Amino acid sequence: MDTMAAIKQTFFQECEEQLTEMEEGLLMIEREEGDLETINAVFRAVHSIKGGAGAFGLDDLVRFAHTFETTLDGMRSGKLEITPQVVKLMLRSADVLSDLVRISRDGGEMDATRVAQMTEELSKAGGMAPAPAVQPAPAADFSFEPVAAGGDGAGVDEFGFAPVQISFDTLISEDVAAGAHRFEISFTPRPELYSKANDALRLLRELGRLGDMEVACDVAALPPLDEIDPEGAYLTWKIDLSTDADEKSVREIFEFVEFDCDLSIDVNVIGMDEESASQTVEAILAQVAAEEAAQSEAVLPLAVEPVSAPIEPAAALEPAPKTPVAANQQSQPAAQSAQQPGATIRVDLDRVDRLIDLVGELVINQSMLAQRVTEAGIARLSDVAVGLDDLEHLTREIQDSVMAIRAQPVRPIFQRMSRVVREVADMTGKSVRLVTEGENCEVDKTVIERLADPLTHMIRNAIDHGLEKPEDRVKAGKPEQGVVKMVAAHRSGRVVIEVSDDGAGINRAKVREIAVNKGIIEADAPLTDAEIDDLIFAPGFSTAATISDVSGRGVGMDVVRRSIQALGGRITISSRPGNGTTFSLSLPLTLAVLDGMVVTVAGQTLVVPLSAIVETLQPKAADVHGLGEKARVIAIRGSFIPLVDVGSVLSYRDEEADPLQGVAVMVETENQSQCALMVDGIIGQQQVVIKSLETNYGHVFGVAAATILGDGRVAVILDVDAIVAGSRSDVARADANRKRSAA
Amino acid sequence: MAKTILTVDDSRTIREMLKAALTDAGMEVVQAEDGVHGLEVLETCDPDVIITDINMPRMDGFGFIEAVRGSDRHRAIPILVLTTESVDDKKDRARRAGASGWIIKPFDPVKLVTAINRVAA
Repeated sequence: MDTMAAIKQTFFQECEEQLTEMEEGLLMIEREEGDLETINAVFRAVHSIKGGAGAFGLDDLVRFAHTFETTLDGMRSGKLEITPQVVKLMLRSADVLSDLVRISRDGGEMDATRVAQMTEELSKAGGMAPAPAVQPAPAADFSFEPVAAGGDGAGVDEFGFAPVQISFDTLISEDVAAGAHRFEISFTPRPELYSKANDALRLLRELGRLGDMEVACDVAALPPLDEIDPEGAYLTWKIDLSTDADEKSVREIFEFVEFDCDLSIDVNVIGMDEESASQTVEAILAQVAAEEAAQSEAVLPLAVEPVSAPIEPAAALEPAPKTPVAANQQSQPAAQSAQQPGATIRVDLDRVDRLIDLVGELVINQSMLAQRVTEAGIARLSDVAVGLDDLEHLTREIQDSVMAIRAQPVRPIFQRMSRVVREVADMTGKSVRLVTEGENCEVDKTVIERLADPLTHMIRNAIDHGLEKPEDRVKAGKPEQGVVKMVAAHRSGRVVIEVSDDGAGINRAKVREIAVNKGIIEADAPLTDAEIDDLIFAPGFSTAATISDVSGRGVGMDVVRRSIQALGGRITISSRPGNGTTFSLSLPLTLAVLDGMVVTVAGQTLVVPLSAIVETLQPKAADVHGLGEKARVIAIRGSFIPLVDVGSVLSYRDEEADPLQGVAVMVETENQSQCALMVDGIIGQQQVVIKSLETNYGHVFGVAAATILGDGRVAVILDVDAIVAGSRSDVARADANRKRSAA
Repeated sequence: MAKTILTVDDSRTIREMLKAALTDAGMEVVQAEDGVHGLEVLETCDPDVIITDINMPRMDGFGFIEAVRGSDRHRAIPILVLTTESVDDKKDRARRAGASGWIIKPFDPVKLVTAINRVAA
């Protein structure tokens, strides 16, 4: 039972792969890049799902897969012309099939009418074929009813006692099954029987298990020895069988060979003439064997049984010079197998994660050791220090390699989006084309998994809110079909995913109006275009009034932003009226480590992610200016940049520190605005292992995660964006308070 | 002596099921993912019976059977075809290609073993 459960798990894993392959193929066909092999691959994928599903009795899945497969077969054989409509139908069927697979795995109710409707459409499409009709659903019911299929095919023989036997009894007429029978069988194998590696003697032995048997070998057709063809067949067997088994069971023994022999089976119900068997089966077989032995003394050893024997000796007698050729042939497939994609192993994710954890510990340990060595005042060029350097390199390499295990291409998630696009396009009545680039870009598996929801939401938004209705597009001089583009690329140690549409762009007046109505901003707030665009990420911005069936589900862009931030990522938006909107996600390649700058603030040790840092500098008195009541800016190369004291934002201290006493760390936030973070000092730069604070403790404002430093102390990793935003809202609040008190 | 069975199927699920059923019956199992791979595996072993799927990438079951039947070393190995089709034309084609018999998917482990015993004593 356990084994079955494991196999079932394998089945569903494989289903996922096959569903991906199927969809990939169908999309290729849609882009008219597919060829016959593409259709074959799609067919095979569906066929495999059906095969596996049958084994687990997933009847709904089998039935639908069969109908789907039949229509695909029509496509494959050219009976069904491949038109855009047909491909669309296939893609929609693929979606239904995916859902059926998932419901079979996770449980739940499948919308039966949807399946029925799809089945009908598929059957109809298959039936459109002018040539010999592809039988649709009824054929499925017939050939895949497990009992019927089993009874029909898998050759059953020997057991009068096996439970399977009972099911056959019901399939044949009662009167024959009633009593003991005597069969008179005449069996003359033809050479083809032997060339297919079947064996007359084996069949006789099987037959003997059914009851009492007498066998006589008719050697009348046997030619003189020198005329015997070693691969010929000359014997006829006359068999007299008394058995309780019915005719069907007897015939089934010959099922595989019925076209390769002359066979006649006469059945008589045993009554009066109880012939005592004069010879046992064993005796007969012994006699046959003796005859064979007699013949084998001759030059041609195995005329009676041409199959099993002559081959091996023949191979052995192969002339010697041929051997090198054989060796070459052997090496070639070996080389091929090396290129095979099959050179992978499946590993439980938990094991990889455990390994990653351990490597994380190793990194920490190594840096602690390095620190101890430095503290001990050991010379940099001493053996210990040099050895430690090597260890550091190795540790890094191990870490990179382990991370690479978890890295996966974004392709599957991109493919999943093509389905979302189809569904939303259907629902909104818009015509949409999804263009993807950079599917091979690799990202940590966890990052990929957690991207699905945000991306789905963004795609829905892009189609529902971004793209105009077809008629409006035509009016605007754009092609009727809208384009949604997803691009993934690696950029400076991060992966950037852009989701863009060529729609109308963000309606800023409307966004502003909504934000004012919802009290997110003051009616007269002076906002730049970018800041207005950014409002759609504000909590509470999307509400029922703006949610349609499509982009709804109660998730706003604020949730999208939060989930991206939880991944250590950033999301930004840029929009050009009339030309569309682009969402840009910037994500870390891994969630396990981070390059950081270790700084001190008010006696605390903090880590600033290196990816956010632009530069560091020592502020001069002349460059620091006050702005309003509390805010300060620093002049850098002619532009003014807000100064933020990390210590006071995080409430480490009440009074702002003197900028001239500290260091300014210039950071860039997700929306590309710059800010200078005031810290007291810089300790150094280091790779740190990220330990989630949220899983172990809870969310803390301004803190992204924690880490363990080389000296064993825990340090928090700053959430730069939150700190910058926090300082702004401080300022904004102060401003608002001032205005209110003034009024 | 335990029989060695080569199973050729591109579906991991089916390979695992075959393996479970055959191992339970005390047989040794060698696996291949498609016809080409099957022929490679045959370079290194001489199974008692081959069980092969029909629909496979690179080289399908028909091509594989023909290749095995054309090989001096392996042509006497009984080959059972795994098929979901009980339709006769698939069986016919398999038979013409040189299959010794067939097994209909989904298969019952008992019938699977029976079919094997029928072609290999």
